[in-house]
Amino acid sequence: MTEATSIGEGTREPSTGAGASGEDRQDATPIIRVKELTVGWGDVVLLKDVTFDVRRGEIFAILGPSGCGKSTLLRYIVGLEPIEVGEVLVAGRRNIDLDAGLPPFGIMYQGGALFGSFTVGENVELPLEEWTDLPPDAITAIAKARLRLVGLGGAYDKFPSELSGGMRQRAAIARSLALEPKLVFLDEPSADLDPITASEIEDLIVTLNESLGLTVVVVTHELETIFRIVHRSIMLDRESKGIIATGAPHELAESDDPRVSEFFDRRPRRGSSG
Amino acid sequence: MGSGATTLDTADGPAFAVALSEGALHLTGDFRMDEAPAIWRELHRSTEGARGGSLTVDLSGTHAIDGAVMALIVALRTELAARGVRTDIQGTPSHLRSLVELYGVEAPPEKRKKREPESAIAQVGRATVRMGEGLEGVIAFLGELVVSGLALARSPRKGHLKEVPPLVERAGADAVPIVVVINFLVGFVMAYQASSQASGELAVFGAALYIADLVGLTVTRELAPLMTAIIVCGRSGAAFAAEIGSMKISGELDALRTFGLRPFAWLVVPRVLALVLIVPALTLVADVVGVLGGLCAGVASLGLSVKGYFIETREAVGLWDVGQGVIKSVVFAIAIALIACQQGFSVSGGAEGVGKRTTSTVVMSLFALVVLDAIFTIILQEFGR
Repeated sequence: MTEATSIGEGTREPSTGAGASGEDRQDATPIIRVKELTVGWGDVVLLKDVTFDVRRGEIFAILGPSGCGKSTLLRYIVGLEPIEVGEVLVAGRRNIDLDAGLPPFGIMYQGGALFGSFTVGENVELPLEEWTDLPPDAITAIAKARLRLVGLGGAYDKFPSELSGGMRQRAAIARSLALEPKLVFLDEPSADLDPITASEIEDLIVTLNESLGLTVVVVTHELETIFRIVHRSIMLDRESKGIIATGAPHELAESDDPRVSEFFDRRPRRGSSG
Repeated sequence: MGSGATTLDTADGPAFAVALSEGALHLTGDFRMDEAPAIWRELHRSTEGARGGSLTVDLSGTHAIDGAVMALIVALRTELAARGVRTDIQGTPSHLRSLVELYGVEAPPEKRKKREPESAIAQVGRATVRMGEGLEGVIAFLGELVVSGLALARSPRKGHLKEVPPLVERAGADAVPIVVVINFLVGFVMAYQASSQASGELAVFGAALYIADLVGLTVTRELAPLMTAIIVCGRSGAAFAAEIGSMKISGELDALRTFGLRPFAWLVVPRVLALVLIVPALTLVADVVGVLGGLCAGVASLGLSVKGYFIETREAVGLWDVGQGVIKSVVFAIAIALIACQQGFSVSGGAEGVGKRTTSTVVMSLFALVVLDAIFTIILQEFGR
């Protein structure tokens, strides 16, 4: 298994900022357990011996530089790719099979991935229509409430192409919450956004975590996001494709491991690739 | 190696000079992108005879070199290395050192990888494998369509069937004008060509009226289903592939899957259904306008009567002739929808990938239409005896 610097395993608090009151809502029971997950074909290794837990109620981040396998790891956790080596338990379900029905989580993809031919309201209503027996007026009411929750009360009838990047991210978060999941995955929630809009999205994530008790798993490489909202994190390495550190972001930032510190110091090591 | 010096002047005086002497290439003056073509020519001219051995590139006389010229020097070193000439950089002025390091001018030149040309047999083999993979993909799609169709029969709400009416409108109603124009002209041209033959000897024997038989049978059995399918392939097949491909690129297919929905049932089944409903209907419209086109040409060029033309068409064209065209059109509709959706699902590599798969959709569909038409013509003719 890849040697990882284990830093502050017991730490639950975010290093600074909005999510600081998270400890009392978290419990040590893992909602996600990834065990010795290895992905690759032939000589190509995409992930190697990845093992970690995500606790209920925390904002957890999968960190690392571009090309280290963050999004790949997310795809295997949520069941978009079949697992051959290792095991992933999500809310008690082993190796999610998406063909078997509704998975126990919501997900926001990078850029939103809203259905372009649907209005924003229809995007949020879709999972409700597919997986509940609610009457249409109740579905509409829930969808509008979800949109108000993310600050998009007036966007119900708009199409995704009429929204700004930040609004699309918010709409995608609203869609991920449609079926009241206890766990959401957010893939690069603040990527390509200006600092103010990114900060609004981050505040929203913290609010959802605190108010709804959501467990949030964020895939990101944005340092501002990491320090503002994340309670605990793992860091993947671009070369070894494994976890090289776990812990609270500020503890990772103080790591002596040059592979970790170069990420937080924003300074590439001499001879490091990429 | 020969020796010589070249100095190129500008309005402000000498700009740069390239001189080859005593195994060294001396660069002096200012080397700017404005004069890059001349610089590149001179560098080549000075080193054209170099084969084997070593050559020193002396930069001590340079006042300024910009990034573009640095790139040319790196390229020259690579070219010389390919000819067995080892090059060294010497005398880099201190103010140019960082730029030289940035462009890797002093680093060993990259080895050019020789591309082995692929043999004709290998190319044919690769193309065959690719075609086989494409065919395998379409057959797998056909199997999945059957499975999804059965699953949908048990649980219709999983199929997004409410998308069928808008798809029918887009693929069907919106296509009516072009289907009418094309098929009218096909019938007209066929009758007009035939009338140029029939206006002479055949007219003497009263055979001109048989143009109605020719047009009626050819249109209903062959041309109306085929031309309609070609139009639908160009309009809707390409659109389906581009639409699904764009959804794949933007992550919408992944989003569907993580809602527990099957993209196949969600996207493919409604499109197949829409085309199966609309292509036969369009084919019937094409039958009528094709016959009308023939009528116009027959009346205009041979002086046939409208009533006589219709009576002759009614006697020549039976229900089975129209039925053959309709059966073919259903097969064509399934083929177009499956190929388009399969190509859409196979998109990778961004917008360029969408374009490639859209083109492939049209090419593969046209090929499939012609092959299927030939197969079904034989089967249906035998069946109809």
